[in-house]
Amino acid sequence: MNGFQWKMGDRALALKPSGIRKFFDILESMPEAISLGIGEPDFVTPWPVRDMGIYSLEKGFTKYTPNAGLSELRTEVARYMRRHYGLSYDAQRQTVVTVGGSEGIDLMMRAVLDPDDEVLIPQPSFVCYGPIATLVGARPVYIETTAENDFRLTAAQLRGAITPKTRLLVLPFPNNPTGAIMEWADLEAIAEVLRETKIMVLSDEIYAELTYGTRHVSLAQIPGMYERTVVINGLSKSHAMTGWRMGYACGPDEVIQTMVKIHQYAIMSAPTTSQYAAVEALRNGDESIMAMREEYDTRRRFVIDRLRGMGLPCFEPLGAFYVFPDIRGTGLTSDAFCERLLREKKVATVPGEAFGDSGSGFVRCCYATSMRQLAEALDRIESFLENINK
Amino acid sequence: MTEILRLLAKDCALTHAQIAAMLGVTTGEVAAAVRDYEDKGVILGYKAVVDWEKIGIETVTALIDVKTTPQRGEGFDRVAERIYQYDEVESLYLMSGGYDLSVLITGRTMKEVALFVAEKLAPLEAVTGTATHFLLKKYKERGAVFADREEQQERMKLL
Repeated sequence: MNGFQWKMGDRALALKPSGIRKFFDILESMPEAISLGIGEPDFVTPWPVRDMGIYSLEKGFTKYTPNAGLSELRTEVARYMRRHYGLSYDAQRQTVVTVGGSEGIDLMMRAVLDPDDEVLIPQPSFVCYGPIATLVGARPVYIETTAENDFRLTAAQLRGAITPKTRLLVLPFPNNPTGAIMEWADLEAIAEVLRETKIMVLSDEIYAELTYGTRHVSLAQIPGMYERTVVINGLSKSHAMTGWRMGYACGPDEVIQTMVKIHQYAIMSAPTTSQYAAVEALRNGDESIMAMREEYDTRRRFVIDRLRGMGLPCFEPLGAFYVFPDIRGTGLTSDAFCERLLREKKVATVPGEAFGDSGSGFVRCCYATSMRQLAEALDRIESFLENINK
Repeated sequence: MTEILRLLAKDCALTHAQIAAMLGVTTGEVAAAVRDYEDKGVILGYKAVVDWEKIGIETVTALIDVKTTPQRGEGFDRVAERIYQYDEVESLYLMSGGYDLSVLITGRTMKEVALFVAEKLAPLEAVTGTATHFLLKKYKERGAVFADREEQQERMKLL
């Protein structure tokens, strides 16, 4: 060592480290803990999809693909978007295959944002939007959704947050961590506000296939919104393919082509094996989606019922695979609640404030785990609550 | 309430309270529906899928193809009934194709199974021939896989 001094970039330095870091460390020392803290399907990728990945390897399909993705896959993406959401995209010009939905978010922000632009981000929400916007030099502006509104974004909140500098709205629904969804009327009200502006929209619809009792509506389906919206989606949640890193983005020609330009410099192309598997998933996987959705739905009802039975207020989440009970009645902060629950009962959950200030007082529980594990975890939570109340 | 059957067919260890929560009905309604299904013979039984080998208990299972002479007015039902009365017979199916009945039996030893075929099955008047196939290894039974599932060791635990 000759005392070389690294100098980190200011924007990277300014990023906050993950608020749940300490939970990782506790969990590491506790192999027998039940984790309701991981936002990922417990299902293994359906066998025909895995088989197609293996088959592509046997055939020796191990080269780069075109930058924007296999044209066969983009054709399936376009068909899928039409079949599931009634949205028409030209496969070759209006779709790009990305490394997970996350890369799509990164690409879109880099494609449209300049320093000092404001990005509206409803919270609680997934943790990546603010940091990515910050890295581009843009300024995240958070809109706190509330339990009273079922954690939906309201037109009034949106209108109140818009300034002349607002360039982009992130629409993270179905929502992680709350499980909230936006229905047609909710989106129509948002569209009404947007129409008077030049604000672009990043609609993160990675949980689109996981809605219960109602079909997902994309903002791009609302009249006048298609032209200003990039839809981010992927196969991680819908087809239980998190590890394959398969996402895609669809939107107007101009923005998608700019995203492809960045993607070709930064990533080249998404993993080839995963793309072949994704073709099979999108082409023949609808039944697997339905089967998994039904399974999640029964677990969802079971978990809500148990949590409410313990006296934890719990609004009914109609999307994703999370419940977001209100733990303020316990007198603990959500951080303390989660840490004690983990240490005392070995159940991992995530404090709501990890997803934004308005998440404080709430706890995210993921129910994408087996009924047996869920039942055991809920018994432990119940006994934890009894101990607190003593 | 056929949803209840779908859930129980997949996992009969679910309690009535769990099923009730999953379906959004009361525990009483589930209990009543299950009792009704049992009474009507819609639910015929609840059995665990056991890997006996794992605890060192050896069993022998055989699939026996049986050719029979159907009987006037009764078809295959009469001979089938005479076969399924034996406790050793775990399953019995009427088949299309090269033989008529397929008998699945489990015994403690190969000899025990062979004796059953020789002394009980083959001598039945309507039985004209048998072919016994012994199971060498069970991979999957009623949806349950016998091999230990390998879990991905290194994975994200929180996000």
